[in-house]
Amino acid sequence: MKSEPLVLGIETSCDETGVGIVRGHTLLGEALASSVDEHARFGGVVPEVASRAHLEAMIPTMQRALDQAGVTLADVDAIAVTAGPGLAGALLVGVAAAKGYALAAEKPIYGVNHLAAHVAVDTLEHGPLPEPAVALLVSGGHSSLLLVNDLARGVTPLGATIDDAAGEAFDKVARLLGLPFPGGPWIDKAARDGDGEAIAFPRGLTAPKDLATHRYDFSFSGLKTAVARWVETREKAREPVPVADVAASFQEAVCDVLTTKAIDACRANGIETLVIGGGVAANSRLRALAEHRAAKHGIAVRVPRPKLCTDNGAMVAALGSHLVASGVAPSRLDLPADSAMPLTLVVA
Amino acid sequence: MLVLVLDTATPAITAAVAEITPTDVRIQAERVTVDGKKHGELLAPQIDAALAEAGVKPRELTAIVAGVGPGPFTGLRVGLMTAAAIADALGIPTYAVCSLDGLGATTSGTALVATDARRREVYWAAYAEGQRVDGPHVAKPADVGQTVADHAVGEGARKYADQLGLAVGAEAPDYPSAEWLARLAASRVRENAPSERLTPLYLRRPDAVEPGAPKKVS
Ligand SMILES: [Zn+2]
Repeated sequence: MKSEPLVLGIETSCDETGVGIVRGHTLLGEALASSVDEHARFGGVVPEVASRAHLEAMIPTMQRALDQAGVTLADVDAIAVTAGPGLAGALLVGVAAAKGYALAAEKPIYGVNHLAAHVAVDTLEHGPLPEPAVALLVSGGHSSLLLVNDLARGVTPLGATIDDAAGEAFDKVARLLGLPFPGGPWIDKAARDGDGEAIAFPRGLTAPKDLATHRYDFSFSGLKTAVARWVETREKAREPVPVADVAASFQEAVCDVLTTKAIDACRANGIETLVIGGGVAANSRLRALAEHRAAKHGIAVRVPRPKLCTDNGAMVAALGSHLVASGVAPSRLDLPADSAMPLTLVVA
Repeated sequence: MLVLVLDTATPAITAAVAEITPTDVRIQAERVTVDGKKHGELLAPQIDAALAEAGVKPRELTAIVAGVGPGPFTGLRVGLMTAAAIADALGIPTYAVCSLDGLGATTSGTALVATDARRREVYWAAYAEGQRVDGPHVAKPADVGQTVADHAVGEGARKYADQLGLAVGAEAPDYPSAEWLARLAASRVRENAPSERLTPLYLRRPDAVEPGAPKKVS
């Protein structure tokens, strides 16, 4: 019997250049280069800066990943790459690299969906994913609830943010509070000393009339504005802003909505597994609240370790390995980078 | 010696297999598609097709020669990333050539090479008997005038002929020629010179504006 597929994955959809090497469900090697510091002074990711950084980082990142895994390109069965969704120019660098490596090493190429890869990465930590499952993906770029019936064939979107991504809201509120970029870890840290119930910030799209049309959708723009107004009022009154309480109350509002809707999606579809991924999955309150609420309904929560939750090459390799093992046909060499790649497409 | 020649600094997506002999450079197979938006999709299949037509396996390649611009960033990066990845996979050297030289080397007299830089600007360089004497630069066509050239070549020269005020010469193609890119790197290939990093000639900084100072809160 043939051993499990050895797949190399390349990720460049945002500001992380990632290369990962996976055999079956085992992570053999992984390397990451980030341009996050170059974006910090702009308060958000600058696409052209990210694209330039990917081009510079790709070859050394590839070499580090191969070295760590102790394999050569000749050993791999396939090359997987994020084809979308993401920043168009950034995606193109990764896809070009993957095509170059695939062409030169004469290997099949899989242009895969970044969001499906966020789900697949959990298999590296917790083994094969029970299907069907519900996935909650939250990061600076995405906030989605997905129904995963068969990860190799397609994923059904249940809902998504209608304005800001959850991670974006963290960045904006952090900025408002004078905390550094990216805001997620700083809000999490500041919130530890605060009271999550100190300020009643709004929960977007949870009113009955909104639930009728946006049951599984999210909105964080109103929350962000509410925090801004609250801080502004304090400042105008020349009163000190209780950063810890604001951070904790904001974080509570986000995590409350995310977990409530995720658990609702599980229960409505009779699903017992909830996978959480994306950079915001590293948030300590989100993890704790999800586990607490899921336990009440007998739902198992699977959250990979923080390093695997943020964008990386291992997640792409993990999905690639699953696709090869499932007998899915590879992409063609003219595969496009698709910044708006739909979730119904796992392979381009 | 078989080399792969790539250029994506203009709307022309160019991939060719060239044979470099001790005395000559011959193109064995070439694929060129002019489509400013399809570099990411078409370059790799064109490389594949050129290799197939030449009957060359990737591992038979000795080196890669790439036009490093200047050119619109996205397409340029596709070419240089692809070139670097192929070279890395095969463990062969890469050699950089200014893409404008792929046009300028074919010119005679004093010539201006101009390609389209979008935003109503051109990438340009000046040549004397095929040797670059000024550039590469990026500028508005009307501001290039100081250059001493008796004619201009390239897609930018054609598009902005009025503003450049120069007659368009017919001796060069509109886009960088794979054969000339290979010729310009031929001595390095023959001497097995050290591999060169394929650094794009961007000539422009990224558009990014720093926001105002963050709100101060106590
Ligand atoms: Zn992501």
